Amino acid sequence: MPRYARNLAIALLLLAVLYALDYLVFDPGRRMISPYVARIIMLAGINITLAVSLNLINGFTGQFSIGHAGFMAVGAYSSAYFSVNYGKGIAEGMGDGALGWAVALLLATLLGALVAAAAGFLVGVPSLRLKGDYLAIVTLGFGQIIVVFLNNIESVGAARGYSGIPIVKSFFWIFLVAVLTIVSVHNMVRSAFGRALISIREDELAAEAMGVNTTRYKVAAFVISSALAGAGGVLLAHFDGYLNPKSFEFIKSFEILIMIILGGLGSIVGAVIGAIVLTVLPEALRGFAEYRMVIYSVMLIVLMITRPQGLLGGLDPFKGWRARNRAKTRTEAEEITAEDTRDKESVDKATLGERARDTSLGEGDTRS
Amino acid sequence: MKRTFIALGLTASLLAAAACQPGGGPGAGGGDKVKIGVFMSLTGSTAQFGISSTNGIKMAADEVNAAGGINGKQIELNVQDDRSDAQEAATIVTKFVTQDGVAGIIGEVASSRTIAAAPIAQNAKVPLLTPSSTNPDVTKKGDYIFRSCFIDPVQGAAMAQFAAKSLGKKRAALMVDRKNDYSTGLEKVINEVFPKLGGEVVITQSYQEGDTDFNGQLTSIKGSNPDVIFIPGYYGDVALIAKQARDKGITVPLVGGDGWDSAQLYTIGGQAVVGSYFTNHYSPYDTDPKVQKFVKDYQTRYGSIPDALAATAYDAAHIMFDAVKRANSLDGKAIRDALATTKDFPGVTGTVNFNENRDAVKPIMMIRVDDGGKYAIQERVVVEGAAMPTGTGGGANTNTNTNANTAATPGANTNAAGNANSGANTNANTNANANTGAANTKATP
Repeated sequence: MPRYARNLAIALLLLAVLYALDYLVFDPGRRMISPYVARIIMLAGINITLAVSLNLINGFTGQFSIGHAGFMAVGAYSSAYFSVNYGKGIAEGMGDGALGWAVALLLATLLGALVAAAAGFLVGVPSLRLKGDYLAIVTLGFGQIIVVFLNNIESVGAARGYSGIPIVKSFFWIFLVAVLTIVSVHNMVRSAFGRALISIREDELAAEAMGVNTTRYKVAAFVISSALAGAGGVLLAHFDGYLNPKSFEFIKSFEILIMIILGGLGSIVGAVIGAIVLTVLPEALRGFAEYRMVIYSVMLIVLMITRPQGLLGGLDPFKGWRARNRAKTRTEAEEITAEDTRDKESVDKATLGERARDTSLGEGDTRS
Repeated sequence: MKRTFIALGLTASLLAAAACQPGGGPGAGGGDKVKIGVFMSLTGSTAQFGISSTNGIKMAADEVNAAGGINGKQIELNVQDDRSDAQEAATIVTKFVTQDGVAGIIGEVASSRTIAAAPIAQNAKVPLLTPSSTNPDVTKKGDYIFRSCFIDPVQGAAMAQFAAKSLGKKRAALMVDRKNDYSTGLEKVINEVFPKLGGEVVITQSYQEGDTDFNGQLTSIKGSNPDVIFIPGYYGDVALIAKQARDKGITVPLVGGDGWDSAQLYTIGGQAVVGSYFTNHYSPYDTDPKVQKFVKDYQTRYGSIPDALAATAYDAAHIMFDAVKRANSLDGKAIRDALATTKDFPGVTGTVNFNENRDAVKPIMMIRVDDGGKYAIQERVVVEGAAMPTGTGGGANTNTNTNANTAATPGANTNAAGNANSGANTNANTNANANTGAANTKATP
């Protein structure tokens, strides 16, 4: 079967699975699972989008952004404004059915992602020309500015919050965006573009010496990451139908940052697991009442002491499985040699950055 | 590899733990318990408000349980912390209505979190009563959403009416915290109501929370010669403004809102804030025996004087329990209807009725700062129909349209407003010589 046909088949199968789950399990009319559990699963889905997109800039490109909530807010508010003023009309024009809302939400998502990307571009161009911690400061500032702005824009409710946004709580839509985010980041990281990003993370000077236009690559990664964060914000805006600037303060950025640090910087599976754990953990601990946040914090501290690189930092969870699939006798050193010959099989297996870490860091070692 | 599996295993077990949380389906509130869900910010940015409120609610529940419960059923409070986060508040209320089967919900100090949670309670037809979310939008979320405190526009109107009518002031200055929604909201209402009552706002100056030097603004204010200054801000800034105003020789009374309510006001401001007035939900120095008993019980139990949030939450809990008792059922609709028909509920924050917007209608306390930082009740302001700002659904307020002071003559205590006033009467009388101003000469029979 040709490659594109296989990919198309996988994509269709994925859509079918998501739709079937949405229809059979998450339809509130069927009472298959409690709305409470459904809500937590969907929130985890939104958080996966946010964590994986932040991982692209913080984990793979090695730039420290702490303003992710700001881009999320831009996407959330712009799409909410669109949905309130135009989306309803579009959906009703198409019969107010599921199809109408799907189109309206698709447009809202695209718009939110686009506006967030534009914001990312504005912030990224001046600050990513610099090296070091400047991006952290600029993004932190941007996050604050957005909150102040939103607190003062009367047409989106200012400090009172923006209510009356159409609620489209769709498992299908949330996880479609999450899966698209994972797939696109995964493919990006494994492409020449991604290798350039990883080379920037490992050594910016060396990357530049090798002909990588570091500013261009950093800005591109930053814009993509912002756009995906904006898409996450869109989902959040239509989840509860209410937005408040307070939800996008820097604490939210740090929550997303903790997800990827917990999961392991530079690991997509890690980011996904981090997002799920940090969404589920506070709810799972609800039975402990006032000790809940204490236990939550202690668990995070213990984890960071025992695994400073995060749950899955510095390792590929499926590496062992893939290795066994290929050749059981090959040792890891031989694998790396094999990669260097760039045979078709192993090109997509490991990246430049992973190899660098494989050789320089043993398991359990910390980066200093 | 082993660690990967441990990590994956941990995640899986967490998911399993969340999915298997115990709890019945909707309507599982039967049996011999009345389950009431409480969601409050016990951690996070507004933790101190949430804790005070929860204390008040717990005390109210224990009182009712000690007296035999509601129609023989004990109250079971389900108190959950939302980490001062709107999303989490919505998650908790989803859990309340789908897993825990609560009969009613009491919750949130902050309007943003009540607004996020309200549609969920509304859809599930479980009544939700907020003790202290003052944003007018909260109760517009549906007919199962109630509020047992006054809203900001009413508070602003009370400030303006008190200055114009009770103090007889004509020229007002405004000092506004530009960054603060609460402050600018009150500014808008004062600007609307004060001129309607024959006054004039002669100058508006602004500051930002955290400023320490107000000399520029105060010089301008002094130049325009006002006879009252409205400062709708928070106590820290207000105390400093008062000090610098007195240093500049501005002696006119200062009037503010419930943001002033803190012992810190006098600690920082000292003599400068004495003789100023602010609106509040209640005063622990109220001589009403009901209030004194509440203050004493609270102090015995928690070791501190209850603040306004504890008092409003205590009232909200009792209003909810009273409604469940009258409904004599755990059905959401029956409790909602009972809540809506709450009539003259005697709370520690005043006599409570609900208007057609399901917002509480009750007199607003005007507190006077006395020597030694003691807060005395100057009067209970019932906002007149004419003073009611537009867009607040003030229709229900027109029935008690007598100003507290004019109604406070002994013979006039026939309507609801007058009854609520008996405490203020004695208080105003005993303190009459401690102040100057038109209000007291009127209040003394």
